[in-house]
Amino acid sequence: LQVMDSAPVENSLMSSESDIQRTQYPYVTGTSVVGIKYKDGILLAADMGGSYGSTIRYKSVERLKPVGKHSLLGASGEISDFQEIMKYLDELILYDNMWDDGNSFGPKEVHNYLTRVMYNRRNKFNPLWNSLVLGGVKNGQKYLGSVSMIGVHYEDNHVATGFGNHLARPILRDEWHENLSYEEGVKLLEKCMRVLLYRDRSAVNKLQIAKITEEGVTISQPYSLKTFWNFSAFQNPTVGAEGSW
Amino acid sequence: MTKQQANWSPYDNNGGTCVAVAGADYCVIAADTRMSTGYNILTRDYSKIIKLADKCVMASSGFQADVRALQKVLASRHLIYQHQHNKQMSCPAMGQLLSNTLYYKRFFPYYSFNVLGGLDNEGKGCVFTYDAVGSYERVGYSSQGSGSTLIMPFLDNQLKSPSPLLLPAKDAVTPLSESEAIDLVKTCFASATERDIYTGDKLEIVVLNAGGIRREEMDLRKD
Repeated sequence: LQVMDSAPVENSLMSSESDIQRTQYPYVTGTSVVGIKYKDGILLAADMGGSYGSTIRYKSVERLKPVGKHSLLGASGEISDFQEIMKYLDELILYDNMWDDGNSFGPKEVHNYLTRVMYNRRNKFNPLWNSLVLGGVKNGQKYLGSVSMIGVHYEDNHVATGFGNHLARPILRDEWHENLSYEEGVKLLEKCMRVLLYRDRSAVNKLQIAKITEEGVTISQPYSLKTFWNFSAFQNPTVGAEGSW
Repeated sequence: MTKQQANWSPYDNNGGTCVAVAGADYCVIAADTRMSTGYNILTRDYSKIIKLADKCVMASSGFQADVRALQKVLASRHLIYQHQHNKQMSCPAMGQLLSNTLYYKRFFPYYSFNVLGGLDNEGKGCVFTYDAVGSYERVGYSSQGSGSTLIMPFLDNQLKSPSPLLLPAKDAVTPLSESEAIDLVKTCFASATERDIYTGDKLEIVVLNAGGIRREEMDLRKD
């Protein structure tokens, strides 16, 4: 019995031979990025892990990058899409510089540009699979914003992506205040990153903290956090389980 | 070979509630400032209200990226209108434009639930209420968003307009004074905040009248 196949139904969210190109899943991913405003500017933190599913495949991925003179970008999600976004931003900054008019894109402008790029890709059902944190200072004005892969965006005094929203934001809501000193800000971020290290399985103990002020950008050398695993609850972890189902 | 399933959704619901009440010579538009996703709060300080024209203000809740894109489209169309006609768009005109803009994306909608408030050409308060694909109606009051199911029945009880089918035609606008209407709106949000997890943090109120445009804020519960 020969059955004639009619043209395969192509639902826009499912792929077939003709549009293999669309993003379906992320492959190599970075986990949370956390950002806070402090007295002199913005602090961002991100670890250096690049996971391939459940394997931690890359351990020296720089997920915090400067953009132009006034901004810092932190990315979680698909690393190759982050690299693509950096290419778009390099082009954006180049064209901005070509005007040679003494003006340069501040963090607000870059955040707006990224929001439009992410939203437009979402509209074409081919998203850049990232959650981005954009921070910066221009003319004394501090700015910290976030954009997701479907174009949801907002700004606040502290932002985080992925697991950071669940674990870091509550800490920041409790302990963040205006005019944190640099040392206080770093301590606060390290507290968030430590909790993420304990509880996020895709976190690695190698992180960078980036600072941006009116003067410019500094991205720290990679370093590790001290951890403590001798909490009494972790000794004999199954002792309370006997008798339970 | 099973059919491939979609693994991401182009939509999200960022929550929030919007209300508008029309008076004889004023209009009150209000919305909370909480932005959420799932069970998380993204930020407690995000405005859902935008002034589209001198006498026309829109409040929208739903999927924030679509709301923002919609606001940008309307703002840019208004700018073009001003260049072409050398005047501001009236609220009823913006009402029609919003409906057409929403229907334009009938087959990939803006997930945006809107109330438009302002003053009509006679200076009377007017409120237009919409669904996500542009069907709209001029009413005396409306609420949209996650708390609308809690607020709308209360507003019906307090402000119910005469039916538009009655003859002679009766005014849909409320006989309440401006300050009474504002108090009513504050009560609506305080109540909705109690029971709707997506409503809270802060209430932003915009009042339009012959004297111009005014903004007020009120704290709401943060839990």
